[in-house]
Amino acid sequence: MSGDQRINVFPSRMAQTLMKTRLKGAQKGHSLLKKKSDALTLRFRAILGKIIETKVQMGEVMKEAAFSLAETKFAAGDVNQTVLQSVSKAQIKVRTRKDNVAGVNLPVFEHYVEGGDSHEYIGIAKGGEQIKKLKRNYLTAVKLLVDLASLQTSFVTLDEVIKVTNRRVNAIEHVIIPKIERTLAYIVSELDEREREEFFRLKKVQEKKKQAKEKREKKRLELIGAGQFAEDISHARNIIEDKDDDVLF
Amino acid sequence: MTHAAKGKLIAVIGDEDTVVGFLLGGVGELNKQRHPNFFVVNKNTAVSEIEEAFKLFCKRDDIGIILISQNIAEMIRYVVDSYHQTIPTVLEIPSKDYPYDANKDSILRRAKGMFSSEDFR
Repeated sequence: MSGDQRINVFPSRMAQTLMKTRLKGAQKGHSLLKKKSDALTLRFRAILGKIIETKVQMGEVMKEAAFSLAETKFAAGDVNQTVLQSVSKAQIKVRTRKDNVAGVNLPVFEHYVEGGDSHEYIGIAKGGEQIKKLKRNYLTAVKLLVDLASLQTSFVTLDEVIKVTNRRVNAIEHVIIPKIERTLAYIVSELDEREREEFFRLKKVQEKKKQAKEKREKKRLELIGAGQFAEDISHARNIIEDKDDDVLF
Repeated sequence: MTHAAKGKLIAVIGDEDTVVGFLLGGVGELNKQRHPNFFVVNKNTAVSEIEEAFKLFCKRDDIGIILISQNIAEMIRYVVDSYHQTIPTVLEIPSKDYPYDANKDSILRRAKGMFSSEDFR
């Protein structure tokens, strides 16, 4: 029972100090984690807004790109197979970069153009203009999609991290801090209890001593009454006048 | 984790026209084993083939982003939904023949669970 209610410690002053330090540490950690979670949530919401905006934009860009493909087909005939077969090296690639938000690394994609166009002779006979437009449109689409991809990765990563952080915040708030507090309360009550015991013990000793004294007094008075103790008093030594053998000077 | 200097590719899974469009945009590449980074789905393509291609793209470490048409993502929804890695990122794009439906997007669906509908205006 005591295992989950409080930490198993011996109730002493030292343990109390220790627990107080731990409580302070837990509270500090809680507030820091809370701040982290807030910062992440702020970013998370901003990203969410941007994602929705970009998704809508993406719909339009893709529509335009698909339309220009239809235009190309009309002007240049079916180029699909030619394109599919002439693929060699990618012209557009993405670079990953890390963005740091409150200690969380968010991958960010950046597109860059590398090398030449592997489809440069497509549409050389007819429909060159349309092909060019098509390429441009799809390039825009790719750029947008790369942006969207980084937003989405950030979204997923943040989602994960926020969950973990919130779990920690709640664990500290609802499990660790109450546990330490219960332990502290237990230590304080035990210490108080011990103090009361001590006090009671002292009282008891005093009482016993008093009783013994009263008994002696009573006996003495009885003896005086019987006339036996009186001469004892007259025979008592006078410290001031008598010489004591033990005293050196 | 990832080489920042080395560029990553963009993979495409979609119908022929979508793929051709992106290839003209310049994303296509054949690697040394002559494996393409795109996959054309036509009406004869089996679902298991799409699934295999998708999983293959997910495993390749030279791919940073996977673009997949929404209607095709819909066919292999259980694979897309159970995919939880950050890189490569799976991005659903509107396809030529079907309008884009935000409700089907696995990311947006997750987002909806967290926020009220007013965020989607």
